Amino acid sequence: MTTVVFIILLAIFATSLYGAGGTTMDPCLESMKTASLPDLPYAYDALEPAISEEIMRLHHQKHHQTYVTQYNKALNSLRSAMADGDHSSVVKLQSLIKFNGGGHVNHAIFWKNLAPVHEGGGKPPHDPLSSAIDAHFGSLEGLIQKMNAEGTAVQGSGWVWLGLDRELKRLVVETTANQDPLVTKGTHFVPLIGIDVWEHAYYPQYKNARAEYLKNIWSVINWKYAADVFEKHSRDLDTN
Amino acid sequence: MIVAVTASSSFLSCSPLLLPCQGPNRRLQWRRNDKRRLATKVAVSGVITAGFELKPPPYPLDALEPHMSRETLDYHWGKHHRTYVENLNKQIVGTDLDTLSLEEVVLLSYNRGNMLPAFNNAAQAWNHEFFWESIQPGGGGKPTGDLLRLIERDFGSFEEFLERFKSAAASNFGSGWTWLAYKANRLEVANAVNPLPTEEDKKLVIVKTPNAVNPLVWDYSPLLTIDTWEHAYYLDFENRRPEYINTFMEKLVSWETVSTRLEAARVRATQREQEGTDTEDEENPDDEEPEVYLDSDIDVSEVD
Repeated sequence: MTTVVFIILLAIFATSLYGAGGTTMDPCLESMKTASLPDLPYAYDALEPAISEEIMRLHHQKHHQTYVTQYNKALNSLRSAMADGDHSSVVKLQSLIKFNGGGHVNHAIFWKNLAPVHEGGGKPPHDPLSSAIDAHFGSLEGLIQKMNAEGTAVQGSGWVWLGLDRELKRLVVETTANQDPLVTKGTHFVPLIGIDVWEHAYYPQYKNARAEYLKNIWSVINWKYAADVFEKHSRDLDTN
Repeated sequence: MIVAVTASSSFLSCSPLLLPCQGPNRRLQWRRNDKRRLATKVAVSGVITAGFELKPPPYPLDALEPHMSRETLDYHWGKHHRTYVENLNKQIVGTDLDTLSLEEVVLLSYNRGNMLPAFNNAAQAWNHEFFWESIQPGGGGKPTGDLLRLIERDFGSFEEFLERFKSAAASNFGSGWTWLAYKANRLEVANAVNPLPTEEDKKLVIVKTPNAVNPLVWDYSPLLTIDTWEHAYYLDFENRRPEYINTFMEKLVSWETVSTRLEAARVRATQREQEGTDTEDEENPDDEEPEVYLDSDIDVSEVD
């Protein structure tokens, strides 16, 4: 009797694996994790006056949330397309995944790149990042000037980054267009600091004065996060 | 003395420094904001700047309320557009680009997609002037006459066109513009002329462009544009771009202007066809040097 029950249960389990359409579904896809909007590690007004509460609310609750929602929607569509062997749709979905997934990835880093002044925002980085910055850019001020110049020069929407090139073991300043993550500029690039220069990142407060926004944001940049990431990767590099 | 270069070779062989660079059948559409070569401005500092002017919109800055606020016009026209014009002037003063019309600067600096530094400012100056003229107080509604007929022919119905246009504008990721353009007998491939043009080939198309790019660079005739850079709608609509697009189509678009532009575009297409049958100019990359004419009678800015 228990054998029969067991067989029935096994049959039910097998059927659920195969799904109604009779296609085989990789269990990995079934349990594919979708994205979710991370909480801000600080209050919406905590970055004033560098970045206004109005901007933080819109940026987090509307823009980032939309990227998350649309990314999950695209992932779901991708899952179906893959299950159906619909390769045209798989390819067609790539740009949506890149836009929205990139938006999610970039903004998740961005919130960690910022901190209220009373929690260390604006405080210069510790070693080894500090020495690396001096070695590559002359000084912290030199780095900031370079990033501000590059960020101001971005045409349209994009990001300006301080990154670590793990392969060549050096710091890089890069810009990416739209929501392209830093890794699109180099497979071995690790983002340390990313600054959003899409207009939505500064418009309600600074209007067209992007240079002003870039000048002020450094007072709330969380160097500790960047220094920790840098240290972790430097350690990994040294042990290779 | 003006140097006119007639190139039977490809566009690429036209150096930006030789003016003007006209491929076969390339005709300028817009003579607005022509350079008046003698009217160089001398700024307060005594520096001579090039002569492009910031044209005001054809209505007062608050005339589009409540659909597009005065504040938006103050920043969008008064700061963004103005900055493009001023920076363009600074960028090209004293160079060969300085004597050209705005459209010529756009076309030359596009450089087949490998844009020269002046392109961003020039194209954005052109795009914004075109944008302000695409809308009007009390705009919206439906087009009429030939324009409506063509829309119905090429999109099925006005409603279908509307949906496609709005969808294109909403899905143009990042910064850019969405256009209704008259393609005439241009092929999809840039700069290619249709060897067997028919009436059916002359059609309306919706195109999305990134950043500063506009359909002039493909030799299409732009008829209507909506600016979907965030600065165009953020003060009035925040992140709600679809709402901005709806408002634009329902309350702002000037179908009258679009109709006028269509008429001009069709005339131009017909003229171009007639010239096309006269010349044997086919694009031929592997060929001879461009012929150079020196002729003081040819005034480039009056070519039509």
